[in-house]
Formats: sequence, C-alpha cells, structure tokens
Amino acid sequence: MQTLDDLDALSVKTDVPDFRAGDTVKVHVKVVEGNKTRIQVFQGVVIGRQGAGVRETFTVRKVSYGVGVERTFPVHTPIVDKIELVSRGDVRRAKLYYLRDLRGKAAKIKERRDATPATGE
Amino acid sequence: MLRTVKGVLGEKLGMTQVWDDNNRVVPVTVIKAGPCVVTQVRTPEVDGYSAVQLGFGAIDPRKVNKPEAGHFQKAGVAPRRHMVELRTQDASEYTLGQEVGAEAFGAGDLVDVTATTRGKGFAGVMKRHGFSGVGASHGAHRNHRKPGSIGACATPSRVFKGLRMAGRMGANRHTTQGLKVYAIDAERGLILIKGAVPGPKGGMVLIRSTSKAVAS
Repeated sequence: MQTLDDLDALSVKTDVPDFRAGDTVKVHVKVVEGNKTRIQVFQGVVIGRQGAGVRETFTVRKVSYGVGVERTFPVHTPIVDKIELVSRGDVRRAKLYYLRDLRGKAAKIKERRDATPATGE
Repeated sequence: MLRTVKGVLGEKLGMTQVWDDNNRVVPVTVIKAGPCVVTQVRTPEVDGYSAVQLGFGAIDPRKVNKPEAGHFQKAGVAPRRHMVELRTQDASEYTLGQEVGAEAFGAGDLVDVTATTRGKGFAGVMKRHGFSGVGASHGAHRNHRKPGSIGACATPSRVFKGLRMAGRMGANRHTTQGLKVYAIDAERGLILIKGAVPGPKGGMVLIRSTSKAVAS
C-alpha cells in the first residue's frame, strides 16, 4: 500500500490481460489523424515489462519487412484501446533482449502448453 | 507592490504521473493541502501592513507555550504547529478562524512552492557546487574529486572569502517558482502540481500565488 494508490487508481486500467515476456499480443493503438481517430494494431512478441503500478511499461517487438521494430507502451496509457493476448510463449527469461540478435527461425518462441494449471489465465 | 496572494500550507505526499487530455504523461507532485486556519488578520491601521496569518498542523496543546496559546485563543482556534504570514492586499476579506484548503487554487494557476530541501550532509565540491573534479587518469593520485587550486601563492597569500568549498549541503529553505497547478481534488484536499517541488515526502510545503509576472 503506497500513499498515492488512491490517486493512481483513477489512471490504472483494470481490463489489462495477464501477460508476460514471450507472449504474443495485439496492441490496439489509437492513432489521431487530423480530427479523426482510428485503431491501428501492432502485433508482436512482448520482450519485457518494466516498472510497476501506474508507470509500468511493456515493449513489443515485431519484424516488419525484415526490419525489427520495437514499441514501448505504458500499460495503462489511454492511447492503447485494448491489449489482446494471441498466444503464450515458453521462455525462461523476464527480458528477451537476446531476440534482437536472432532472426528467422531462431527468433521464434515456442508456444507454452499449459502444463502447470496454477499459471492459468 | 501590493498583490493579491493566495496561499496554503500542506504536506508533500510524493510524485506520480497522470495522463492529460492529449494522452500525454504529466509528472505531478501531490500535496495534501490544509486544512489551514486563519489565526490573525493584519491591517494597515493596526499593524502598518495588510497580511493574513495561517496556521497548519496538529500539535499537543501541552507543548504550546503560554504566549502562543493566548494568541490562538484570541483567534478562537485550536493551536497549530506551523504558522506563516502572507502579505496580500485582500487580507480584509479573511475572517479569524476561517478555513483555507486546496480549493484556494484552481487548475492552471501558477504558483511558487516553498519548502526545506533534503539535507545532503557534508558534501564535497563536485556534488555541492558542480565542480568538474580532477582527471581520472594521467597519474592523478588520490585526487579525483578534489577542488584543485583554491588560490594563488604569495599574492594574495590568503584564500578569498566566500570561495566555494565542501560543507553542509541541503536542508535550506528553497522556493521553486512558476509551477503550474495541474488539478485540484477539493474532496480529498489534494493539489496536483506539475513538476517537482522541494523537500522530502511528508515535509511541509507552502504554496503561494506566483510572484513572477504572468505573460498574458
């Protein structure tokens, strides 16, 4: 319990799915063009989560036309409409920075089969 | 010179972040303002100047000395730990015992925040005055964070007064000017100020209307 939890509760989203490094997610980002907003989907592998509480962020990496693209979003930012969990990854690290040096099949993450029921969604 | 100054005493709760209307992150300092109480109103007729005296913070009544206890009794309020006087031209609009809280300010107001900075203890010249120190290599021997020369030799054969040296740092009264009030939570008595304010969490801060000329 921190002093400012009550205040942060106004900014914190409650509908964020439980995801971690290695998971593949679709991030629905609101893009403002002139006076119109539309939703753009950024799909990729979560390579890490950083921070805690209202200031927590996560980094999503995808390879677009052979070029690696990473975007870091605050978990609770209003520009993210929703985060959709596509698949869970079987990884042994909290930060997957090693993916930056791998490409092709080597950069592929094995999907996690839920052998441990305790981790369920 | 006479300005209308609003002010309130409060406790710094800490910093956090919020998102504004453009979905940009705004770093804010949260201050629990008040409740302050007016303990005296200074008028030009009686005191030669106009000001309002505010009291803030609970105190054990046994710890209040007789003159102060009498002063509070005259105002008809319970004794307070901290007191401050605000020179303002609209002092006559305040009444004794009136409560002042977060609603004294509104979102968008520019304010000055005064508090005692964190004490850093005995600090060297690099930390205290931003000196560059001495080289890391090229034969420097136990000589990395020192000030270097502090003066010439036979002339003037003394060290000038006021030369910046190591010493006690911090725990000074400091005012940060021209901060913007981001939002007010009158219900919980909170003031959200954009940016950092001096002092540790739990420290007492004084928020006043800014003395800087506002470009309109």
